[in-house]
Amino acid sequence: MQKTDVVESEYLRDDIPDFRPGDTVKVHVRVVEGNRERIQVFQGVVISRKGGGTRETFTVRKVSFGVGVERTFPLHSPIISKIEVVSQGKVRRAKLYYLRDRVGKKARIKEKRRT
Amino acid sequence: MKGIIGRKIAMTQIFTEDGRIVPVTVVEAGPCRVTQIKTVDKEGYGAVQLGFGSVREKKLNKPLRGHFQSKGLEPLRHLAEIRVDDPGAYQVGQEITVSIFSKGEKVDVTGRSKGKGFAGVVKRHGFGGGPASHGAHFHRAPGSIGACATPSRVFRGSRMPGRMGGERVTALNLEVVDVKPERNLLLLKGSVPGPKGGLLLIRESVKGRRQRSRKAHVLT
Repeated sequence: MQKTDVVESEYLRDDIPDFRPGDTVKVHVRVVEGNRERIQVFQGVVISRKGGGTRETFTVRKVSFGVGVERTFPLHSPIISKIEVVSQGKVRRAKLYYLRDRVGKKARIKEKRRT
Repeated sequence: MKGIIGRKIAMTQIFTEDGRIVPVTVVEAGPCRVTQIKTVDKEGYGAVQLGFGSVREKKLNKPLRGHFQSKGLEPLRHLAEIRVDDPGAYQVGQEITVSIFSKGEKVDVTGRSKGKGFAGVVKRHGFGGGPASHGAHFHRAPGSIGACATPSRVFRGSRMPGRMGGERVTALNLEVVDVKPERNLLLLKGSVPGPKGGLLLIRESVKGRRQRSRKAHVLT
């Protein structure tokens, strides 16, 4: 146990589903516009998870109108209202940065077969 | 002026409610005991001496042992003095905990900075240094340290390589992000001097109040 765990544990969220790089997720992000708040959904493939404790982040990549878009979220951030796992991917790497150089059919990820 | 002695635990980050990330240093501060009170009448100035951390009596020298014994206190490892205007408000043996600080307050943190050893001018004084490539032979050397026959000496205080760090540094105006009295923890915004486990003196901010009044003056 690290010494800062006492402090960090207060800020860790326990409502985060289990997901790994390769999974496709829907991230519901709270967006504040002026004094109005709405939920924006960002759907894509998780290409990395890094860090630990309150510092843990994950990166979601999607291709929107032919342009690759990546967003990195702090995993425990209160701006995330919900994370939904859409599908689980079968990948052999912890970081899927190779997807950045691939387009179209090559950028697909095999879906994990549920046993 | 209020203050407390503490120890740097580590840095981490926490979230505000609107999702912003705040870098914080976790400091374990106190509980301290007042070991001596200095008054204007006796010592010529008002101050309280605080002690922090337990120590075996065997570790202390005779004068210190006597200092604690005469007051009927347990021996304490670290002592520090804090200037106060009203030393009468304190009593010897009084316990001081982190609850003297509250959320949102500004504090000054004094510690001993990490020693950097014998450092060159680029690191120690922020000199620019020369180009790394394109055939340059001048990289991190200090360059000229003065003129020639006049003054035919090097001026005192010229910035040169030497020992860096390991000195007393005070970080001013740090915000208290959170106080956890049950664990004697203080969360301070940003970094504080010194290594993890380093001793810190946390005092009420000197500049905080003055700045606020100056701002108020501009508005009126």
